[in-house]
Amino acid sequence: MAEARTLFQKIWDAHVVAEEPGCPAVLYIDLHLVHEVTSPQAFQALREKGLKVRRPHQTLATMDHSIPTTDPALPILDPVAAKQVEQLAINCREFGVPLYDRKSKHQGIVHVIGPELGATQPGMTIVCGDSHTSTHGALGALAFGIGTTEVAHVLATQCLLQTRPKTFEVRVDGTLKPGVTAKDIILALIAKIGVGGGTGHVFEYTGSAIRSLTIEGRMTVCNMSIEGGARAGLVAPDDATIQYLAGRPFAPKGAAWEAAVAAWCRLPTDEGAAYDQRVEIDANQLEPMITYGTNPGMGVPITAPVPDPASIPEPSHRSTLAKALEYMGLQPGRPLLGHAIDVVFIGSCTNSRISDLRLAAQLLKGRKVNPRLRVMVVPGSQQVKAQAEAEGLPEIFRAAGCEWREPGCSMCIAMNGDELKPGQYCVSTSNRNFEGRQGKGGRTFLASPLTAAASALTGVVTDVRTLL
Amino acid sequence: MAGRSRIMNPITSFSSRIVPLPIDNIDTDQIIPARFLKTTDKSGLGKNLFCDWRYDAAGNPRPDFILNQPRAAGAAILLAGDNFGCGSSREHAPWALLGFGFRAIISTSFADIFRNNCLKNGLLPIVVDAATHAELLEITRSNPAAEVHVDLAHQSVRLPSGRTVEFPIDSFSKHCLLNGIDQLGYLLQKEALIAAYEQAYPPRITTYTRE
Repeated sequence: MAEARTLFQKIWDAHVVAEEPGCPAVLYIDLHLVHEVTSPQAFQALREKGLKVRRPHQTLATMDHSIPTTDPALPILDPVAAKQVEQLAINCREFGVPLYDRKSKHQGIVHVIGPELGATQPGMTIVCGDSHTSTHGALGALAFGIGTTEVAHVLATQCLLQTRPKTFEVRVDGTLKPGVTAKDIILALIAKIGVGGGTGHVFEYTGSAIRSLTIEGRMTVCNMSIEGGARAGLVAPDDATIQYLAGRPFAPKGAAWEAAVAAWCRLPTDEGAAYDQRVEIDANQLEPMITYGTNPGMGVPITAPVPDPASIPEPSHRSTLAKALEYMGLQPGRPLLGHAIDVVFIGSCTNSRISDLRLAAQLLKGRKVNPRLRVMVVPGSQQVKAQAEAEGLPEIFRAAGCEWREPGCSMCIAMNGDELKPGQYCVSTSNRNFEGRQGKGGRTFLASPLTAAASALTGVVTDVRTLL
Repeated sequence: MAGRSRIMNPITSFSSRIVPLPIDNIDTDQIIPARFLKTTDKSGLGKNLFCDWRYDAAGNPRPDFILNQPRAAGAAILLAGDNFGCGSSREHAPWALLGFGFRAIISTSFADIFRNNCLKNGLLPIVVDAATHAELLEITRSNPAAEVHVDLAHQSVRLPSGRTVEFPIDSFSKHCLLNGIDQLGYLLQKEALIAAYEQAYPPRITTYTRE
């Protein structure tokens, strides 16, 4: 009888092109996603070596990080960003790589468009020069971020040199209570294991609470795997996955679809297969989560107090926390509830999909956000934007006093002019609360779209359960 | 092993003072903030290394930040806290560290993507145990001018006390670093095997469209 294997092992084994003693494996990459920020030096490397893109039709490029979230008909005012965006267009033309530019109806955040186009499929290997490539694992693809040198490797050879990571089962059983979402699961996991907890590992999320999530919810969870130190996060494909992919533009059709579905059904982890590490989370016990510090592991249930450095015995952990609280301008020992904020950002590859926007709109409908606040809603893609428009969501957001913007990474990474001012506090649905991440001197509380919308209404950090 | 083409300066052995930055979980957004990622180049990033810790609001160097102190000038080794390089995959982080003049980073652990990026750019990530890390930190306090000697061939760091500690590195990366070899050369040599794989397994997707 064949050895019991995990989902990860099955995908890995199916993609090893070569493996010599003392060398990393040569791993075949099915789909390479490309964006403007981490690719120019890679294309340049190909040019200098006289190499071509080996499989342009297994490569897909879009623009998301540097672009403004204003009308795409207008020029990009920042000349450095404009040059970078133009360079991607030049590179894609020269090397024959399909590109969804700002005028395309398929443009969007790279990790939003891959799944929505059906380009992301179970059992694939997917890479991108972006750490949130882990998002695609929600559909049962082994997907991870790479550096620009590796982007050049994949462009030139469709392969990567990789040492085999270890496996880590994250089991989430139980039922989420009202007001608690996929975002709260992943923030709770990272708070539990720390930002380095998954280093060297690939997460596989299992358990009834993960099964109950929509595919978009699973994307939110997998997206932040990297925030727990794991380069990739996986959810085994199931009926929901198949249903999600059916009919999407790049999904197989006809007999190929039947064959693909049969193959996907063989992917889930075999009974008795072992993981190198595992952790369990009880979904029944979860509350809405929020971060108070300067890394995504510094999170607490929203009713819990901000931890006190004085209570931490280990000196380097104590000083790390003290430094974070100083940057954040927070007092330990009190919950964040009621803390005044200046900005709310609803968007990013973590939480900018239609289900995220629906959650926020549900709460904002017929209400007004606190007039003191700037509230930005940034859809993840043109397709998400179009769907939201078909459902009348922009009218709800605008009537509530929110800005409804064009798709892009926007204030998650603050490269494009969408940024906090020094000292401002923001409740953000994005993935990173690092110092200055949302703008130099800006201070980020990471939370779910529900918590963000609730806090937008009151102008202070708010427990959404009080508004449901 | 890997092919001949050189992309980076080889690392064999060198001696240097240590610049201490003993903060845990330093993310790549701190190493090089995102606003500097709009470049289409690899060079010129060293001046913005740790920009928001290094310069004040007016852009003047903060005298209390370690990289602005005379002891950092010419130093090639950074001693960082645990889980160094977490967060974003930006290769601009090792480019900025190299641009400043660092050739090795010592920590108790590194984030996966950052570690990979270092190894592909001739920046040596050295993992030591907590006791050695503490000893190195103490050296930077008691004798800031003291140098340690890094020897990649022997995978060792010699402390001023004469004690030598070994560090792990996979043999492939070590070979590439010692010889300044571009790993792409190795991949390109696998052409026949890659072609055979593509023959056996037709593409799982095609991204060509009519748009």
